[in-house]
Amino acid sequence: MADNVKPKVRVPKTASAGEVITLKTLISHPMESGQRKDGDGNLIPRSIINRFTCDFNEQNVIDVTMEPAISTNPYFEFQAIVPETGAFTFTWYDDDGSVYTEVQEITVG
Amino acid sequence: MKNVNLLKAAGLVTLLACANTASAQDDSQLVINGEIEMITEVAAPDYIGGLKTAYSGWRFRNSDMQAMQLDDFENPAAIAVDEGMASWSKVDGSEGKSCASCHEDIEGSMAGVRAVYPKWNEEAGAVMTLASQINNCRTEQMGAEAWKYDGTEMTGMEAAISLQSRGMPVNVAVDGPAHDAWLKGEEMYYTRYGQLELSCANCHEQNADNYIRADHLSQGQINGFPAFRLKTGGLVQVQNRFKGCIRDTRAETFSPGSEEFVALELYVASRGNGLSVEAPSVRP
Amino acid sequence: MKFTRRETMLMALGATAATMLPGRAMADVDAKVAEFTGGAEIGEGGLTLTAPEIAENGNTVPIEVSAPGAVSIMVLATGNPTPGAAVFNFGPLAGAQSASTRIRLAKTQNVMAVAKMADGSFVQVSQEVKVTIGGCGG
Repeated sequence: MADNVKPKVRVPKTASAGEVITLKTLISHPMESGQRKDGDGNLIPRSIINRFTCDFNEQNVIDVTMEPAISTNPYFEFQAIVPETGAFTFTWYDDDGSVYTEVQEITVG
Repeated sequence: MKNVNLLKAAGLVTLLACANTASAQDDSQLVINGEIEMITEVAAPDYIGGLKTAYSGWRFRNSDMQAMQLDDFENPAAIAVDEGMASWSKVDGSEGKSCASCHEDIEGSMAGVRAVYPKWNEEAGAVMTLASQINNCRTEQMGAEAWKYDGTEMTGMEAAISLQSRGMPVNVAVDGPAHDAWLKGEEMYYTRYGQLELSCANCHEQNADNYIRADHLSQGQINGFPAFRLKTGGLVQVQNRFKGCIRDTRAETFSPGSEEFVALELYVASRGNGLSVEAPSVRP
Repeated sequence: MKFTRRETMLMALGATAATMLPGRAMADVDAKVAEFTGGAEIGEGGLTLTAPEIAENGNTVPIEVSAPGAVSIMVLATGNPTPGAAVFNFGPLAGAQSASTRIRLAKTQNVMAVAKMADGSFVQVSQEVKVTIGGCGG
């Protein structure tokens, strides 16, 4: 069970209708790969964020299936089209069942 | 005779060309968040006889790693910094205080602080490092437990405080009451330690820009500490690095917080006087 | 079904041999690719993988994949004990069919990307990334 999991996103505050913007996301998470051994030589079980999604006003921007080769504190950078004013919802799904969300609004003017 | 001279000249040019492909000498500029211009190259102070030019460790990294420092969001230390900032306002200890209770805003109160540490503290009668000062505040003012000198809470706080001096030139005092410690640090720097009989200078002064196995040696400047090391996936405290370096010479190493390392930190900081405070930096 | 002693031994030997084959890791990669493509033929072109030639540290290797018009792109670290890195599925509001992330590489290896295009075809690209182990940096 990972504690202290904090998401962090960078979304521009404004955009013009139909503009393509760059989004950056980060979440603090050890991404325990399941390959490491503890002091007694036992394998530390895998415990990672296995999926990340970004939606805008209910439409999907990107849906990422994540596996152990993603580095600790998973970082993503991708592009989104902003058709209108609304909110981006970022969701991370943890192996342990936890779900982390971050919402950021953007104004189209 | 003319031909020999031509050959010599060609040889010299080739040598220089080879030297110029070394990353320290290229002209990469570091500007953070598109606004903070960083000094990564400066004439070394005259009391450092062994260096002509001081280069930040950033100059020795490949372009992918350099790029990670361009933007605070990209910097893998971002999360640790956030935690340090949160820690600033967190009440801890018997006195019911947080750092903010006395210092108020970190931006205002800590501007320029990191740039002059380690420094002599009259009341303590000793040179204090940022870490020892933080712990002093915790134990004496907050009635809180001292943090592990090179632990996660400490490096997070060091990073948050260092950020407030970022871009400013390092300017530690080497004379006055701190001079004795500085001399001690200088002696340590040139002392060979361990089975491998290596001094700091052997690698970082005589062989900066060369490779030791697959490690590209820097000058060992500490303007970038606490540094996010990709190897450990976290912030590394400067004296933790000293401990590792000396351990790697196969010597019995010193402890973070020891008088020896405080002296060494003051001396090594002075070797980079003039370079911008770059913490939290990204290193291999 | 009853096996003769000989058959049982041969089966056991075969099983052991299979696990010891050097191709085991590649079998994982092949399986993942087959799962992604459904066994379809894979072409080239239209997919870019940007990764450093030399990664000073294998823990955090920045990569970028881009395939205009793709539906999804899979990235594999073919030399890792478990090769899966990510599958990027682009939705209707994706501004470009590209994404950047940071991956862990256990050692020098080929990083592979396979893209599923809008017309159902597949393309792939791969690049070797050297991972150095400093040896002295503590």
